[in-house]
Amino acid sequence: MREILSLIFMIVGGFFNLFGCIGLVRLPDIYNRLQASTKCVTLGTCLTLLGMMINGPLNSSLKGFLCAIFILITAPTAAHALSRASIKAGINLWEKSVVNKLKEEEK
Amino acid sequence: MKRGILTFLLFIAWIFLTWPFGKEIDWQVLVVGFFISILSGYIFGEGFTESPHKFFGFKRYLWAIAYIPVLIYWCIIANLDVAYRVLHPNLPIRPGIVKVKTRLRSKSGLTVLANSITLTPGTMSVEIDSNGYLYIHWIYVKTDDIEKATEMIVRKFEKILERIFE
Repeated sequence: MREILSLIFMIVGGFFNLFGCIGLVRLPDIYNRLQASTKCVTLGTCLTLLGMMINGPLNSSLKGFLCAIFILITAPTAAHALSRASIKAGINLWEKSVVNKLKEEEK
Repeated sequence: MKRGILTFLLFIAWIFLTWPFGKEIDWQVLVVGFFISILSGYIFGEGFTESPHKFFGFKRYLWAIAYIPVLIYWCIIANLDVAYRVLHPNLPIRPGIVKVKTRLRSKSGLTVLANSITLTPGTMSVEIDSNGYLYIHWIYVKTDDIEKATEMIVRKFEKILERIFE
């Protein structure tokens, strides 16, 4: 039973990782791509780790838990750093974007 | 005091990483971890937190625990949302950068708020300025009004985060 549950979590996590990668290919500009990859890969990796935690021995479960926390802290921070850097470097949004408050205020 | 708190947290993390369940405790590992946490706590403690007294408010921890299911719920919704947008043949996106306002002031509160916004449906924090304004990249812009966007994006976290960090 535990094995089946852990396999289900791992497979769902793998699918979320796959969606993140599809988003990386299909979406138009860096900001949208960062959105898709950050969200999906964070939850996908956490679910895979959760599957490992359910089935594994206690000390590897604890390590997996710590890994999940570190991923939850670092992945959004990295996305924030990347998007902020690309704003500073002057990379524009996709041409069909509707609003850009940052640029409006600079003028 | 900042250094003491950081040392304590690092040592807890070290114990989580190395505790041998069911086997004999390895004292060498524990002692090494203890001294390394003291050393790194001493070096990095100064930049660790602005207000160490907040670590001793017991209610903050309860609110932090209450925050976890909220975050998980929005995280799952966010992923289903992204999966829908990515797999849809017409790619239903309408991206843009909007501005929202937050009542949070402490640095750690703002950090957690920005990270939570990145993990929730369709939004990603791009820039924070010092007056409590956040610039947010929204994958499907519903409104570009500051008040309405704040209501939709920030409110759901702010209520709890205020109690944890302010």
